[in-house]
Amino acid sequence: MAQPFLKKDDDHDDEADYSPFLGIEKGAVLQEARVFNDHQLDPRRCSQVITKLLYLLNQGETFTKVEATEVFFAVTKLFQSRDLGLRRMVYVIIKELSPSADEVIIVTSSLMKDMTSKTDMYRANAIRVLCRITDGTLLTQIERYLKQAIVDKNPVVASAALVSGIHLLQTNPEIVKRWSNEVQEAVQSRAALVQFHALALLHQIRQNDRLAVNKLVSSLTKGSVRSPLAQCLLIRYTSQVIRESASNTQTGDRPFYDFLEGCLRHKAEMVIFEAARAITELNGVTSRELTPAITVLQLFLSSTKPVLRFAAVRTLNKVAMTHPIAVTNCNIDMESLISDQNRSIATLAITTLLKTGNESSVDRLMKQITTFMSDIADEFKIVVIEAIRSLCLKFPLKHRSLMNFLSNIIREEGGFEYKKAIVDSIVILIRDIPEAKESGLLHLCEFIEDCEFTYLSTQILHFLGIEGPKTSDPSKYIRYIYNRVHLENATVRAGAVSTLAKFGAMVDSLKPRIFVLLRRCLFDTDDEVRDRATLYLNTLGADGAVVETGEDVKEFLFGSLDIPLVNLERSLKNYEPSEESFDINSVPKEVKIQPLAEKKAPGKKPTGLGGPPPGPPSTIDAYEKLLLSIPEFANFGKLFKSSAPVELTEAETEYAVNVVKHIFDGHVVFQYNCTNTIPEQLLENVTVIVDASEAEEFAEVASKPLRSLPYDSPGQTFVAFEKPEGVPAVGKFSNMLRFIVKEVDPSTGEAEDDGVEDEYQLEELEVVAADYMLKVGVSNFRNAWESMGPDCERVDEYGLGPRENLAEAVNAVINLLGMQPCEGTEVVPSNSRSHTCLLSGVYIGNVKVLVRLQFGIDGPKDVAMKLAVRSEDEAVSDVIHEIVASG
Amino acid sequence: MESCPSIKNILLLDSEGNRVAVKYYSDEWPNNSVKEAFEKSLFSKTQKTNARTEAEIAMFESHIIVYKFVQDLHFFVTGAENENELILVTVLQGFFDAVGLLLRGTVDKKEALENLDLILLCLDEIVDGGIILETDANVIAGKVASHSIDAAAPLSEQTISQALATAREHLARSLLK
Repeated sequence: MAQPFLKKDDDHDDEADYSPFLGIEKGAVLQEARVFNDHQLDPRRCSQVITKLLYLLNQGETFTKVEATEVFFAVTKLFQSRDLGLRRMVYVIIKELSPSADEVIIVTSSLMKDMTSKTDMYRANAIRVLCRITDGTLLTQIERYLKQAIVDKNPVVASAALVSGIHLLQTNPEIVKRWSNEVQEAVQSRAALVQFHALALLHQIRQNDRLAVNKLVSSLTKGSVRSPLAQCLLIRYTSQVIRESASNTQTGDRPFYDFLEGCLRHKAEMVIFEAARAITELNGVTSRELTPAITVLQLFLSSTKPVLRFAAVRTLNKVAMTHPIAVTNCNIDMESLISDQNRSIATLAITTLLKTGNESSVDRLMKQITTFMSDIADEFKIVVIEAIRSLCLKFPLKHRSLMNFLSNIIREEGGFEYKKAIVDSIVILIRDIPEAKESGLLHLCEFIEDCEFTYLSTQILHFLGIEGPKTSDPSKYIRYIYNRVHLENATVRAGAVSTLAKFGAMVDSLKPRIFVLLRRCLFDTDDEVRDRATLYLNTLGADGAVVETGEDVKEFLFGSLDIPLVNLERSLKNYEPSEESFDINSVPKEVKIQPLAEKKAPGKKPTGLGGPPPGPPSTIDAYEKLLLSIPEFANFGKLFKSSAPVELTEAETEYAVNVVKHIFDGHVVFQYNCTNTIPEQLLENVTVIVDASEAEEFAEVASKPLRSLPYDSPGQTFVAFEKPEGVPAVGKFSNMLRFIVKEVDPSTGEAEDDGVEDEYQLEELEVVAADYMLKVGVSNFRNAWESMGPDCERVDEYGLGPRENLAEAVNAVINLLGMQPCEGTEVVPSNSRSHTCLLSGVYIGNVKVLVRLQFGIDGPKDVAMKLAVRSEDEAVSDVIHEIVASG
Repeated sequence: MESCPSIKNILLLDSEGNRVAVKYYSDEWPNNSVKEAFEKSLFSKTQKTNARTEAEIAMFESHIIVYKFVQDLHFFVTGAENENELILVTVLQGFFDAVGLLLRGTVDKKEALENLDLILLCLDEIVDGGIILETDANVIAGKVASHSIDAAAPLSEQTISQALATAREHLARSLLK
């Protein structure tokens, strides 16, 4: 087979890149495929033609349906030949052609004959081909052979059957699950890879049965697993078992930790690494547990193999996020990796060092990074920038050198994402480190002098407009901003005009000069720029003398739109031009998404300029649809709120049940999500019996049982209660799961006819005041507070008694009220003795509520709180106080 | 991470980034143009690196890719982002060495294309639908090269040249070991 297949073309000269497929053409090859029909088959020639067909397919050539069918039928003739090499090629091309179901029938008998052949190679390959192209119906016919093949003494045959089983499990799980005895036997095979494949299949069959997985792991970790691949699998399964059992072992040694540690001394690097990684990923891993894993990873760092270095440094990088101290031992090895040929490794090393570094090493590191930055790709640079940003937030004192670094690299060449990452970092540093503000703003000013990205320019101009006027010398920014009006495109010019106006509004002394500049903009070529300039000149009162800028003008310039943009867009689209002008107040303010302004995005990682707002939670929509589809609940009206699921069972019990509380104006619906975790049982007629004796205002009106609950496919049952309209009734409910249980034969999957009635006690469930409160944020709390006015304000003081710390008290009140914390005020700086927390929400009946909480520590640990509530309804303000008073 | 290690694709490209033989096991690349785009950008990203003595590694479009070059041939194996890198490199090495055995030491594009059937069979023996079948180069090459006639066939059906080819193959392999 080593000779070239093609007759050399006549005009072929011995070029260096001569290819046997030079000038190959689909039509000609399809013609050639006729040799498959010859009476006297020439195996060698047939093989060559198949190779050509495969070559075409591999190059991305496609066959039409007719062509593919023709080739397929011709290929089936080749089963007559007994040439092994040709047969192999036939198997490969059948898989590549992936024939349709009606075509498969043609080869089925040939393949089934091969499956029972004496030749191992035939058996193995025929199994793989047949399982690849077959559908479920054929599978039952060949199941017997597959089971035999799994325990075949030839490892290639056994592996072929097992791997096919893994694929078939996706499409025909019920059939493959019947093979577990044979697979179990194959796990004990002496052939390394058979063991690997058998273990993978067995685990997939049993993955929902925790007990079985647990047993599998305990027996195998004691015995000897031969192949490194199987050992890696075992490590994965073991960490799964550890993760799931973690909750019940608070103290003492972790089960199976010894096994993982033992694997660190395995002879295969693959296994050592898998074990080390598994240890580093353990939940709540202790530094004692980490140490041996870190030690082997450290050895890998100085390996000659790039792959090993990469694997180790990548894992250590992850560890450094949670356990920076544990990784510091590797710092010396890590530093030598900064100059690694492989830039991925170098970047990972740098970012790890940035995470583990201390204040004194920052300067040295920055020096190393500067030389390194120029020769890595943008995507790596972004990673480095992010690491530097968090480092700077960690060591604010070092802001000077870090800011310098950022300003140096922002001047260099780079793509949009890269520049955006730098700008975002500078913005965040300006926000969080007051000392860095002035220098940071100047760096940004310089950057927009020569910035090719409109988006970044406008964002920076906007940011300058907000921060610039508050600096000690606002006038120095004007030049940079006005330059933009001269030199940029219309979008940036319009942005610059707005920014100028903001300076004018905030800094009275600059006003006359701003007016001069704005007037010049009146002659701009672009409508928007001119319009803006006119608008601002008028609002700022350029016609009169220098006047104090009115509060409403500032509000206009700086205030954020308190109408969700989506709603505004929709209303504008619906608006039809008429006499009546568009009324912005008619735009609905209720939103499905929480209009959290980007600046106040929660979480520790602050987003930079214009981070995307959180996506709309779609679950409430889904719930509403689901409930409306049930006739009993259809007349309950609009769904006000659905709670997060509350677990009513312990983890790892026979039946897993959680409940979602749906609140309507005059009704409450409990949705019980049930899962049956016992394969041998089928539950029917599942209901929840609710005892509402401790919830006097509620009366049960409807209940919707779940007809059948098979193993591992969740189902829902509902119970509905009536309650006084609009009243935030609270109460406790005790629950009992009632059902008819039927035994299921695991081998056939059929249930017995007779069932037994049974009950299962669930935990209690409570409807609390917070269930009547929707978490709805406001973008500008102060504005909202002022506009609500003091008419319905209720203020009172409360003693919260002794608390661990302020944060705990703040959280307790937030949870009690179920409201949305605004502007990041839910975070209490450690050791602070007083704190103000702002909350917003919508109370049942669509009443907007704003709450201002002022906490103070009184005496040793006594927390006192002043609660001020504003809402659109006095009664609701009172209710909030009642909730706190009784909570 | 409970899942079985899996391979997303195996690529064998030439020194200009053109395909010699490729095999995709994941449907993340839905059609040929997406596949070609992936190969092109992967090739241009890796071509300057020195992956001749030791296998190299890269993160690329949230995949882990290990690769090794010899002459004008570039071998790649792609896996998921969180895959054990050393498993991937074992597969790569298995493929690389098996091709070396099958091409009897002369590993270049010309030789590979002339023996494309062997390369394709080799791919078929290493991974099945993303699951690793075999990683030992000798076993893989052995399975691919066992080109003798069906054991059940009468000896007379073997031609002299087939018999000679078989003998030559056995000899070559025993020399190479």
